[in-house]
Amino acid sequence: MGEGELKKDNLIIANKKFNSRLIVGTGKYKSMSECAKAIDLSGADIVTVAVRRVNIINKNKPLLMDYIDPKKITYLPNTAGCFNSKEALRTLRLAREIGGWKLVKLEVLGDKKNLFPEMIETLKSTEILSKEGFKVMVYCNDDPLMAKRLENAGACAIMPLAAPIGSGLGILNKVNIGIIRKQTKLPLIIDAGLGQASDATIAMELGCDGVLVNTAIAKAKKPFVMALAFKNAVVAGRQSFLSGRIEKTLMGKPSSPSKGII
Amino acid sequence: MKKIKKIKIKLNGKERLIEENISLLKLIKILKIPVKKVAIELNHEIMDKKKLNKKMIRKNDKIEIVHFIGGG
Repeated sequence: MGEGELKKDNLIIANKKFNSRLIVGTGKYKSMSECAKAIDLSGADIVTVAVRRVNIINKNKPLLMDYIDPKKITYLPNTAGCFNSKEALRTLRLAREIGGWKLVKLEVLGDKKNLFPEMIETLKSTEILSKEGFKVMVYCNDDPLMAKRLENAGACAIMPLAAPIGSGLGILNKVNIGIIRKQTKLPLIIDAGLGQASDATIAMELGCDGVLVNTAIAKAKKPFVMALAFKNAVVAGRQSFLSGRIEKTLMGKPSSPSKGII
Repeated sequence: MKKIKKIKIKLNGKERLIEENISLLKLIKILKIPVKKVAIELNHEIMDKKKLNKKMIRKNDKIEIVHFIGGG
């Protein structure tokens, strides 16, 4: 494959092209400036953001929009902290009103400890939001059947977890991710549970279209170095996937010619 | 001098006294909040930001003003 071909290898979500296949979260950083620098180093075109009450009392608190320009980076409003469809719909309708955001990340949680998605509420919300014109990227469990139902409900991207949010455990069920990859043409993005850069490479080698990372970068001892590591890992994984790996064999095959040995 | 009458409202979950007969837009301006960067809900109904000047605040109204913050 020529270099030129790789450059055209964009991530396409809801008919919009993005250069980077790494999506990053903006939570858990020590400061807004640290967050902005890490995003810059990660090369991400899309960042997830949360919708919360404005601090009426302390208005001098730095605003996210002052550090990350929504004209340059695509904001992906999320529904983090929502535990039912009603809360999620309210949050995303408000997000749309802030400035016309239609590309959103739906995340309806079902348990406060393991943070697994509540899939019945998620499915219900996906249907409603899609009908309202939202482009819904859906955080979900790694169940191929549920992924199919989300696709039928109008999701614009399927985003199964690798492991519980913030756990850093990496991809726990490669088989299921592989099955979801085979069954869907929608963008497949691993969301949640990654711990280190190689986890992102594995996701990309499984044929995923991208990965979404927050904690693994924000809470690394050196977030800037980890942001770079994830950027490179996603590129490496994608190139590895596109290059067509060798077959696995049980026995060894010599790398040097066996003829002409002295 | 005429005494300004005040009314009680609930703003972002907290009770607050504000001037009587002011619009939502006026309240946002008093609070020095950039309208472009927020969304506003009045009694659970999302407000069209272009019509904030026409929406008068009444006693016991529940107002929510939200914006984007860092999140995963």
